Amino acid sequence: MIGKQAEGASRDFAAAAADTASVGLSLFPLGISFGILVVHTGLDWWWAPVFTAVVYAGSLEFLLLGLVATVTPLGQIAVTALLVNLRHVFYALSFPLSRVRPPGRVYATFALTDEAYALTAGGRARSWSGARILWMQLFCQGYWVGGATVGALAGSLIPFTLHGLDFALTALFVVLTIDAWRAQRDLPAPLLAAAGFAVAALLVPGQVLPAAMALFTVGVLARYALRRRALAPAFGDRDGHDHPVPTPAASAAPALSARER
Amino acid sequence: MPSPLYLAAAVAVSAAVTWGLRALPFAVVTPLRRSAVLQYLAVQMPVGIMLILALYTLRDVRPTDWPAVVPTALALAAAIGLHLRTRNAVISVLGATTLHVVLSTFWPH
Repeated sequence: MIGKQAEGASRDFAAAAADTASVGLSLFPLGISFGILVVHTGLDWWWAPVFTAVVYAGSLEFLLLGLVATVTPLGQIAVTALLVNLRHVFYALSFPLSRVRPPGRVYATFALTDEAYALTAGGRARSWSGARILWMQLFCQGYWVGGATVGALAGSLIPFTLHGLDFALTALFVVLTIDAWRAQRDLPAPLLAAAGFAVAALLVPGQVLPAAMALFTVGVLARYALRRRALAPAFGDRDGHDHPVPTPAASAAPALSARER
Repeated sequence: MPSPLYLAAAVAVSAAVTWGLRALPFAVVTPLRRSAVLQYLAVQMPVGIMLILALYTLRDVRPTDWPAVVPTALALAAAIGLHLRTRNAVISVLGATTLHVVLSTFWPH
């Protein structure tokens, strides 16, 4: 019994290592550049592991370095954290938290980063156990904290900054966009997102990320409303809430594509 | 130079706000999981969110400043091309990033 459990645990561990390989390739070098920046900001090297382990929100941490360097009031830091990470409220829609047992959920929600969300998005994590999800998140944070620590230690030795490593994050999100596209192959969704981003960049250049995501959500909801109105007479159902569906992740895709045809 | 106490407070405030944004929506969303509109959102949103994040990482690239854009444009093309061809995220991310580091180091601008 114990042997079998250990076997399952090591399988989850190995699977999570494979799941996160591509994310690690972008998080580790990005962590290195963050660590170098920590030292160049004038902080002690060990603030790099503290920032990355405790805050654990990459884009906010880069911003935070500039804020603490000028001793920005804490209230303003709180507002910045709120606006930069507002996008995370959307991740609750499909992250398979119910798969994780209650004590682990504390960490699963804490470590619900863009990358952790992306790795489970598009139904890829449908068959993953709770342990595999937690290992995946621990691996992701390990790459980030590890990279930052290495960067901070190296940064206190070398006097120059590395350029171009930050493209790893762009490449990662491009790859994840292509993967998510392959799961659905539905053109209006990325078009709505691109349009939302363009409008947000023009109207609220200071808050592009939450504004673009809000506009995109509104666009998807509007499209849903239009489709419902178009389909309602043919199907004769007015209330989509009453369809018996066992689990959203498993049933949503086929149900929707069947409706689409 | 910020004091360690101030730095610790800044880290604590940032962590609390971030964790709240990640955890609290589950309390609202979980009872609504069966709603058709939320299921539609859950299916439709990943590709758009990833695209928005990708565009966001490119926000500092000025299209008019074309000599500086070249390394990013080529690395972007490499990321897309590699991933369409190999379907291997490790190759795509590593290849495109290596190209970008090499180009932004040696490209005259």
